Amino acid sequence: MGRKLLLDNLEYPEIKTFAGYCNKGGYESLKKALKMKPEEVQAEVQKSGLRGRGGAGFPAGMKWSFIAKPEGVPRYFVCNADESEPGTFKDRYLMEHKPHILIEGMIIASYALGATTAYIYIRGELMYIYHILQKAIEEAYQAGFLGKNILGCGFDLDLHIHCGAGAYICGEETALLESLEGKRGNPRIKPPFPAIKGLWGCPTVVNNVETIAAVVPIIRISGDEYAKIGVGKSTGTKLISASGHINKPGVYEIELGVPVEEFIYSDEYCGGIKNGKKLKAVVAGGSSVPILPSHLILKTADGAPRLMTYESLADGGFATGTMLGSGGFIVMDESTSIVKHLWNFSRFYHHESCGQCSPCREGTGWMEQILHKIVNGKGEMRHIDLLWDIQGKIEGKTICPFGDAAAWPVASTIRHFRSEFEEYIRNGEHNRDVKHYYRLNNLQEI
Amino acid sequence: MNETKEIQFSDEALALIAKITKHYPEGKEKSTILPVLHLAQAEFDGWLSPQVMDYVASLLKVQPIEVYEVATFYTMFNMQPVGKCVIEVCHTGPCWLMGAEDIVHYIENKLGIKKGETTADGMFTLKTVECLASCGTAPMMQIGETYHENLTLEKVDSVLDDCRKADIRRSHWEKEKIKS
Repeated sequence: MGRKLLLDNLEYPEIKTFAGYCNKGGYESLKKALKMKPEEVQAEVQKSGLRGRGGAGFPAGMKWSFIAKPEGVPRYFVCNADESEPGTFKDRYLMEHKPHILIEGMIIASYALGATTAYIYIRGELMYIYHILQKAIEEAYQAGFLGKNILGCGFDLDLHIHCGAGAYICGEETALLESLEGKRGNPRIKPPFPAIKGLWGCPTVVNNVETIAAVVPIIRISGDEYAKIGVGKSTGTKLISASGHINKPGVYEIELGVPVEEFIYSDEYCGGIKNGKKLKAVVAGGSSVPILPSHLILKTADGAPRLMTYESLADGGFATGTMLGSGGFIVMDESTSIVKHLWNFSRFYHHESCGQCSPCREGTGWMEQILHKIVNGKGEMRHIDLLWDIQGKIEGKTICPFGDAAAWPVASTIRHFRSEFEEYIRNGEHNRDVKHYYRLNNLQEI
Repeated sequence: MNETKEIQFSDEALALIAKITKHYPEGKEKSTILPVLHLAQAEFDGWLSPQVMDYVASLLKVQPIEVYEVATFYTMFNMQPVGKCVIEVCHTGPCWLMGAEDIVHYIENKLGIKKGETTADGMFTLKTVECLASCGTAPMMQIGETYHENLTLEKVDSVLDDCRKADIRRSHWEKEKIKS
C-alpha cells in the first residue's frame, strides 16, 4: 500500500468540512509556512522536486522562481481547475472530496509568491464543485485564513472563483488568462511567460489543482522528505485517473515508480481487464499523449519493466514510449477498434481547436475528415500516409501545445497500429455507429 | 422566446453582478463577461439571443462585439433556444469506449429527436458534449448541475422521468442569488 499524501483520510467523511479537515491536521502547513519567509517556502517546493501535475511536468519550484517582482505591480496566483483532458478526472475528485487542501495550498503558494489576489479558474460545467469550493473559501475567510492580515502575520489574500464556460483550450495557461480577462480563450505567444506578464499584464503563476494541493504535504513533511518518495526526478505521489476496460476505474494516488503492470492488474489499483479480456492498448497520460500497444506499455523496448514515472513512460522517446502527462490512464481491451478510437479523439481535437493557428484549425479538421472516411469504409491506403503527413505539419507549428496534442495521438496510432488501418481500409467496414454519426452531425455520406 | 419580453436583470441578479465585479481590479470589469453571460442565460430562458447579448454589453459598458465573440466561443452558451431540460451526453474517449453512442442513440429514439434538437413540448434538448471529467464513471450525462454517471438504459429512463417531474433549470447563479 503506497503512501497517501493527498487522498489520506478520505475514509473520514468529515474531511470535506472545515472542522473535519482541521481535526486531521488541516491548515497546520499554512501555520508553519507563515512562520517561514516566502523564499524559504519556495525553497522547500524546489527541494521537493515537485513537477507540474497538469500534464507538462515542469518543475513547480522553478516555475515559481521565475516570477517577476517589479515595484508597485500586483502579482497574481491562479489555480488551473479547468480539467478537460479526456481520461483525466483527478482534480474534480480531489476538489469534491478534499476542497480545503486546495484552499490551503493556494494560500501557501500565494504567500510564497507575494500574490495578494488569487483565482481558481474552474471549468464552467463543474457547477457543483463550484459550490463546494465557495463554501470552503467562506469557511477559510471566517477562520481568518483568508482576507486581511492572515493569522496576524501581515499577509493579505483574497481568493475568488472564476467559472469558465466550456472550452478545453482554457486549460492552456495563457488561454486561461485570456478567458479570465473576459476574452475568447486564445493562447498567447510565449515569451513573455505569465510569470513576467500574465493576468492583466502583471506577473502571474498558474498551477494545476493537484500541484497546488501537493504543496501542503511538502510543507508538512519538508521538501527533502517529499523528494525521497518516488524514483529519480519523479518525486512524490501522483494522482492517476484510471478508466476504460478495467475492473476498478477510479482515482488512485500512487508513489511514483509503481510498475505499470502492477497498476493495471493488481487489486490495489485497476484490478485487471474487465471480463478477463486481453489488454490491447493504453493511453497513459490523457488523450494528448502517444498511445502504446500492450507489449510496450508493460515493458520498455529494451525489456525493462515500465514504471509509472515521467522518465520510464518516456523511455524510447515517441518511437516506443509515451508520457505520464496528466495521469489520465485509459485502458483498452482486445475488442477496441483503435481506428475508431482515434477518430473519436480526432473529432475531439477538431471540435476544441480555438482556431487561432491555421495548421491546427485546418489540420485537425482534415484529420477528422480522413479518419471519418476510413471508418466509413471509404478509406484508401494513401490516407494513412496523408494522415501522417498532416500531423507532422501541425506538430510544433502552433502557438500553443494544442497542435502537438492533436498530432501525437494520430502519429502514435499509425506508428503502432498501421496494420489495423490497412485492415480497416481493405474490409471497408461500415457499421451502425458510422451511419449514426452522419445522422447526428447532419453530414452527407462521402 | 426572450426577444419578445423586456430584457432586464432582476434586482437579485444585479446585486450579484455588483458582488462579482468586486472580484476584479478597478478598470478590469471586462472579466465579468463570462459570469454575467452565465447569469443572463439562467435568467433569460436558457439561451443568449442577440438582444440579451446587447443588453449585457450595455450593462458592462463594452462593445456588443466583445460579448458576441465571447458568447460564441464557449460551448456552454446556447445561441439558439433550448428546452427546459438540456441533456448533455459525454461522447469522448472513455465514455465512447463504455458505450456513450448507445446512450445517445437510445435517448434519440426515446424522445424522437436527434442530437441538437428539442422535443416538440419544449421539455428536452439533447446535446453531445466533450469530456466532462467523469471518465471513471462512464458513460455519463449532465443535466443542469447534476452528473448522472455509470449510465444504463434503465438509469436513463429513470433520470428523464425525474426531470419531467422536477424543475431542473436551477443554475448555480440562481442559487447564488438566493444566498446574496
